[in-house]
Amino acid sequence: MRFLFALLLSLIIAVPIARAETSDPSNWNAVLSQAKGQTVYFHAWGGEARINDYIEWAGKTVEDRFGVRVTHVKVSDTAEVVSRVLTDKAAGRSEGGKVDLVWINGENFAAMKREGLLQPAAWATKLPNYRFVDVANKPSVERDFTVPVDGLEAPWGMAKLVFFHDEARFQKPPASAASLGRWISENPGRFTYPQPPDFSGTTFLKQLLVELTPNPAALQAPATDENFPAAVAPLFAWLDAAHPNFWRSARAFPRDYGGLRQLLADGEIDIAFAFNPADASSAIANGELPDTVRSFVFPAGTLGNTHFVAIPFNAAAAAGAMVFADFLLSPEAQARKEDAAIWGDPTVLAVDKLPLEDVTRFAAVERGIATLRPEELGPVLAEPHPSWVERIETEWARRYGVIQ
Amino acid sequence: MLRLFPAAALFVLLAPVAAGLAGILLPAFGYLPTLGHDDVSLEPFRQLFAMPGLARSALLSFGTGLATTAIAFAVVILFVAGWRGTRLFRTLEGLVSPLLSVPHAAAAFGLLFLIAPAGFLVRLVSPELTGWERPPDLLIVQDRLGLAMSFGLIIKEIPFLLLMTLAALPQARVAEMERMTAALGYGRVVGFMHGVLPALYRQVRLAVLAVLAYATSVVDVAIILGPTTPAPLAVRVLDWRNDPDLGGHLLAGAGAVLQIGVTGAAILAWLAGERACGALARVIAKTGWRATADSWLRGLSAGLIILSAATILAGIALLGLWSIAGPWRFPDALPAAVSLATWMRVGPGLLGPLRDTLLLAVSTSFAAVALALGALEREARLGRAAAGRGLRLLYIPLLVPQVAFLFGLQILFSWLGLDGAFPAMLLSHLVFVFPYVFLSLSDPWWSWDPHYGQLTRALGHGPSFVFWRVRLPMLARPVLTAAALGFAVSIGLYLPTLLIGGGRWPTITTETLALASGGDRKIAGATALLQALLPFLGFAAAAVITSVLFRNRRALRSSG
Amino acid sequence: MTADRRPEHGLVLQDVRIRLDGELLVAIDAAVAPGETLTLMGPSGVGKSTLLAFVAGFLGSDFEATGRVALNGRDVTALPAERRGIGLLFQDALLLPHLSVGGNLLIGLRPDVRGREARHRAIEAALAEFGLHGFAARDPATLSGGQAARVALMRTLLARPEALILDEPFSRLDAGLRGQIRELVFAESRKHGLPVLLVTHDPADAEAAGGRVIELG
Repeated sequence: MRFLFALLLSLIIAVPIARAETSDPSNWNAVLSQAKGQTVYFHAWGGEARINDYIEWAGKTVEDRFGVRVTHVKVSDTAEVVSRVLTDKAAGRSEGGKVDLVWINGENFAAMKREGLLQPAAWATKLPNYRFVDVANKPSVERDFTVPVDGLEAPWGMAKLVFFHDEARFQKPPASAASLGRWISENPGRFTYPQPPDFSGTTFLKQLLVELTPNPAALQAPATDENFPAAVAPLFAWLDAAHPNFWRSARAFPRDYGGLRQLLADGEIDIAFAFNPADASSAIANGELPDTVRSFVFPAGTLGNTHFVAIPFNAAAAAGAMVFADFLLSPEAQARKEDAAIWGDPTVLAVDKLPLEDVTRFAAVERGIATLRPEELGPVLAEPHPSWVERIETEWARRYGVIQ
Repeated sequence: MLRLFPAAALFVLLAPVAAGLAGILLPAFGYLPTLGHDDVSLEPFRQLFAMPGLARSALLSFGTGLATTAIAFAVVILFVAGWRGTRLFRTLEGLVSPLLSVPHAAAAFGLLFLIAPAGFLVRLVSPELTGWERPPDLLIVQDRLGLAMSFGLIIKEIPFLLLMTLAALPQARVAEMERMTAALGYGRVVGFMHGVLPALYRQVRLAVLAVLAYATSVVDVAIILGPTTPAPLAVRVLDWRNDPDLGGHLLAGAGAVLQIGVTGAAILAWLAGERACGALARVIAKTGWRATADSWLRGLSAGLIILSAATILAGIALLGLWSIAGPWRFPDALPAAVSLATWMRVGPGLLGPLRDTLLLAVSTSFAAVALALGALEREARLGRAAAGRGLRLLYIPLLVPQVAFLFGLQILFSWLGLDGAFPAMLLSHLVFVFPYVFLSLSDPWWSWDPHYGQLTRALGHGPSFVFWRVRLPMLARPVLTAAALGFAVSIGLYLPTLLIGGGRWPTITTETLALASGGDRKIAGATALLQALLPFLGFAAAAVITSVLFRNRRALRSSG
Repeated sequence: MTADRRPEHGLVLQDVRIRLDGELLVAIDAAVAPGETLTLMGPSGVGKSTLLAFVAGFLGSDFEATGRVALNGRDVTALPAERRGIGLLFQDALLLPHLSVGGNLLIGLRPDVRGREARHRAIEAALAEFGLHGFAARDPATLSGGQAARVALMRTLLARPEALILDEPFSRLDAGLRGQIRELVFAESRKHGLPVLLVTHDPADAEAAGGRVIELG
């Protein structure tokens, strides 16, 4: 009788202890053995077939080497995933969550961090492959839209805002926000951006803001009721002037990046933009765009940032997610990702600090016909603090979200 | 055991709705303790009414809902009135099931590829007739009045209303009425309006209201074809929920409450319209207006119905064309090359979702049919001549906007640890599938001649024997049709699968919308085509099974 | 063989009163001896079919009924329809459309004929007796009115009922056939000594039945 009682008691004690054990990447072997046999549900945008293929390759490799199965859950909008994890938290669901790893950055990361939806302890900086990350030259790997990463998400790739156009239609693309404004008035109906709060739409607005605002340094700090109106006045002046000459006279906007790219493919607009410098090449390879399309940037600089993968607080397969995230950071995976024939997404690693064999791997990477070489990408403008975007979205909706 | 059925059906279907509604009512008033919102307040509503263009969004949903339902219903009734019994009618009768089985999203994509400024119709006439080398800057799709969206809704509502009307025709004694009104000198259409429509409308009323409720709160069609400045209310509610910065669950809760109000207002407006039409009809009847020269009206109704059917079919064909297209630039009318590259690329990735889709759809329709038959048999044994009042409650899931209770349901399932689990998926699909299955099965069930049962009982067999060996076999055709309908509805469900599935149940429908966010029409075409063809398989299977079962039974082979 | 006229035999309707919403619809107190036919006549809506439903065991829940129904000494008032042993014939033959003629007959054949062989032989015998030899595999929808009526009668008799209820069974048949089928039905009921309750509009039916006639309403 007492034996049974002791057994029961030990079970009761043992179970919480078992649950309390979180994966600590400092003890990588323990993580590897915990991860073996797990299935990682990786929630990532599924709108680009080449990215989907890459994720599938990465998943298969990780399964072969580490016994971790990866399932790519295709989402149309990362905000859905944030919402899902938030709903879990609202329901009091602190473990066994359906999302193990999510492709994320910027406002979505800021939201997840703020609402406490991520793994509480820093894990990304402890991953074995993190030592190769180019922290010195790529500050955005540690500050995601000015919000400190604190090791809560692992960098995956670099993003830079690049524009692209069809050279067959016109030759000299605009070189700044001001000259873009002039170009739009000379070419009515040939430009637009996805409707905020879509990520690429707000990115374009941020680019304009950074270029046009009187005091760019103020953007690195949170927006306040005092500094906001003056800082954004030039932005909205530009929009007020340009919108009447927009595609559909700004009475409608494409819903997301996919919609924007399709407009360029159909010839409805002449300039599009993307965050992945190799996107134009991807589209050409897909047969969506003619091979006369070329990328361009503003010489004074365009926004650049890092995109990450993060693990929610209630992930069921946190160890597996870490193993996968670490593989995504490996030189092998990063080089393959940079290959324009595969995806073309720039690496987060410091290539010159890698072992020799990996350096050669990177040197051999094909960039793609429409892709600018890294030295041609131009200066990186720093992302503003997320609070600026929130306010801009609200203000945009107030001014342009309802056409009378 | 059978005793449980109507109560079980009611519980299984209303409990999720009730739970879901609770799940939005509480946040709507500011209460969501697990996320740190402890105090009840009207703040979410204050925030809601401060949203720009809110009235426009609400009015848009209200207006398009009423307009599309009225137009679709008018077209269907005019068509039935003018053409019943003709060969054209029989042809369209045969097409109803395939047209119905095309999910809303696929039909919307088809329409989009057809009528957009860069779409097929413009490409056909450019540049030869129009001189356009680039797509014109015309606001056709996403137009602010929601006309494109309305068109997309109407072409899908027409087959559904036609199906419901056809099912209700036998009760309305159409043939006799038509003879009588013709003998009195009335033209076909007006004769139908006076003689048949009153009885007929009473039968299809709930179906019409269900269409109305759907149209005022539709999400996927609105995303594909609807305006964006501002978007209809339901789309905005979904966006708000996905944006934690803007207030997330609280604002979405308040918005969902407003959506219920909008749908409710539309239903009330419709009911008022019923009264008005009834009064008008009585006034007209008193004048004795014969309206014998109605051939133009008949022609119009035929034209409109053919147009709507042709649009759906053309849209599907276009999806197919895009799926096998190589590069296809504007203004070419046809692709520069055809290839199977797109299929080979997305095909393997779609096998998993295909399996999940079929598993869910087959189980749901099976469960729905079983539940419906059980409830109906129970009612029959209690000696009620027609469906009891209580079962009318089963239509509530069709009248409550999806957006309104799905959020709450998601929270409930997450709390129970059931999100993404098969029983949760089955239940959430069942909530939407069952009412359609029940609607479809109810009339044929009660039209069955009870004398067959009495005879069999008098021969010494019990009620169970009568159910399994007499009634069920005789009703095989309606049962299989209802199952096929349930199958089709399940396949087309987007929001429930997305929200309750937790990403574990990628179906063809969710994959279509996820892949379409990339903007590649070839991929969108392939997945949407697959989504369109699947339900058709269900109806085809039902037809094949029936003809095989009854190959030697003449009385049951033709539609009874 | 003379039918036994003791009250324990035959169909007895004792003080049967059927009410709808409190109003008395039908009241009857009668006995039908084995082999005899009681004909009920009257205008539409007077309650003839309601009474039949009560006797057969199908009275709708809207009605209230008092009184007793006894069959060959058994009180069947509280029994479910399938245990009463009362055969039914309606206006239409109502052959089950999803079964063959043979299948319809098998539904009727009482269960104590066991085994596939024996049951099929019984069916064939019945078909031959009624002049429909070889019809077992036929689709009921292909039968003529007269043939269908005969199959319906066969089906009822194969269940060895102890009484028959006929609800205007000849009204759908055309004039020539009517006489034939009528003869057949009453010949069989007399042969098997079955008390029969007949509801009809047609006085010729009543005449052919030969028994008492009660005018309801």
